[in-house]
Amino acid sequence: MNQSRTITDQIKDFLVETGQLAAFGGRFFREVFRAPYEFREFVRQCYQMGNRSLVLVLVTGFIIGLVLTLQTRPTLIEFGAESWMPDMVGISIVREIGPVIIALICAGRIASGIGAELGSMRVTEQIDAMEVSGTNPFNYLVVTRILATTLMLPLLVIFGDLIALGGSALVENLKGGMSFTLYFNKVFNALSFGDFIPATVKSFFFGFVIGLVGCYKGYHCKKGTAGVGKAANTAVVTASLLVFFVDFMAVFIADIFYEL
Amino acid sequence: MKPKAAHTEVISPSGQRKEVIRIRDLKKSFGENHVLRGFDLTLYEGENLVVMGKSGSGKSVMIKCLVGLMEGDEGSVEVLGQPISSLDQHDLDQLRSDIGFLFQGSALYDSMTVRENLEFPMRRHREKLGHVKDTLPLVMEALENVGLAHTLDLMPAELSGGMKRRVALARTLILQPKLILYDEPTSGLDPITSKEIIELMREIQHKYGTSSLIITHDVDCARVISERILLLVDGVNYAEGSYRELSGSTDPKIEVFFKK
Repeated sequence: MNQSRTITDQIKDFLVETGQLAAFGGRFFREVFRAPYEFREFVRQCYQMGNRSLVLVLVTGFIIGLVLTLQTRPTLIEFGAESWMPDMVGISIVREIGPVIIALICAGRIASGIGAELGSMRVTEQIDAMEVSGTNPFNYLVVTRILATTLMLPLLVIFGDLIALGGSALVENLKGGMSFTLYFNKVFNALSFGDFIPATVKSFFFGFVIGLVGCYKGYHCKKGTAGVGKAANTAVVTASLLVFFVDFMAVFIADIFYEL
Repeated sequence: MKPKAAHTEVISPSGQRKEVIRIRDLKKSFGENHVLRGFDLTLYEGENLVVMGKSGSGKSVMIKCLVGLMEGDEGSVEVLGQPISSLDQHDLDQLRSDIGFLFQGSALYDSMTVRENLEFPMRRHREKLGHVKDTLPLVMEALENVGLAHTLDLMPAELSGGMKRRVALARTLILQPKLILYDEPTSGLDPITSKEIIELMREIQHKYGTSSLIITHDVDCARVISERILLLVDGVNYAEGSYRELSGSTDPKIEVFFKK
């Protein structure tokens, strides 16, 4: 009996949380077009999120390219399909692996950072102080951060994809003697706009959900400093789950368009 | 000094002074927790009124209702002649520019320098300051008032607790408010720093002629700065009078506040 009540409560909490997150997103769309526009803060956030995540994304992308090629190579050699390596790696990285893994890395780095920063500002009354000073804290803190993540994530994904292909090309060059020019020629011949555009479009949505969840968790942080840790932690978990959900929806919708 | 019943009309000490804050029958609950149960308060122009009460007695909730950070469930709150609950966001922001709020934990913005902290409230209220282009002289004047002109380019993390409180006080002064609300201005400070802050509050009051509402547990602060003290017990006014009147009371509920 108690267990069933707990499950009911958990479902209720989940639905309430989902509704509040949706309302928070709705408020973002209302506020984003409302002056005053915090352009300087937006640029600062783009720098913070884009530039400071770049090294992490590049290193991760390079290792993904290396590992994917090293792991796949023996199997392709076994079937005499070694020459398909650039096509396979290019399509898998650009369509799926690049955007999803880079979004997950950003969920870990950016969503937790935003959750902790805004959470700490909430519990130390800095957000209240902003409101009392006549500045709309939602506009200043939330809108700028969500816009910055939405804009920066596709750029990070593009850089990450390129460096992953570079890593793969390096392995092919060292192990198979394939030149970099030939490798990238084969990759770009294998790719079409149908691979690139849906992946880029879904990266915008990944960026949006990462910013939205980070801001929501931080902005509604409660219960003192323990709440800040919880906000950062749940921001990562929720943002990562939403990245997979958005990815599923994106693949599902793209599939319908290709069918048509 | 006899305890004053709740809902009793407060008469101006001079019979002439203008009301700056007028709270009538304010009620606020959080679920089953009835924090304010019909609280009344009047602050007159140029007056220093201290509100004392135990933790959880509703002091901070009351002060947040005064600046629109919270809304009461019932009752009326008027600040500088304007009813808070019926103001739209623009009018509320304009009113807030006439109210300085010193938060309990200082609430300085961690990511900004001292200068940026002081400039922040000016962003939305340039017209009040005559559309000044160079804000540095105003920032320097506010910092000189609190004796911290040398901290201009420091980050809040580089300041001691007492310095943070003084910078926060400078930030409340930057818009030249008519009314200053102090939420536990000496909490967490050592006795010497507390005395410095209390002295600073007195100097500011004399220099600018502001009205002040001070929430505190600190008996020394109440003794030095108050013209009138209001005791809040269980969410209602319990007693009101000068420090001399209340500290001489034999009522156990009043005595407990003034025991050393």
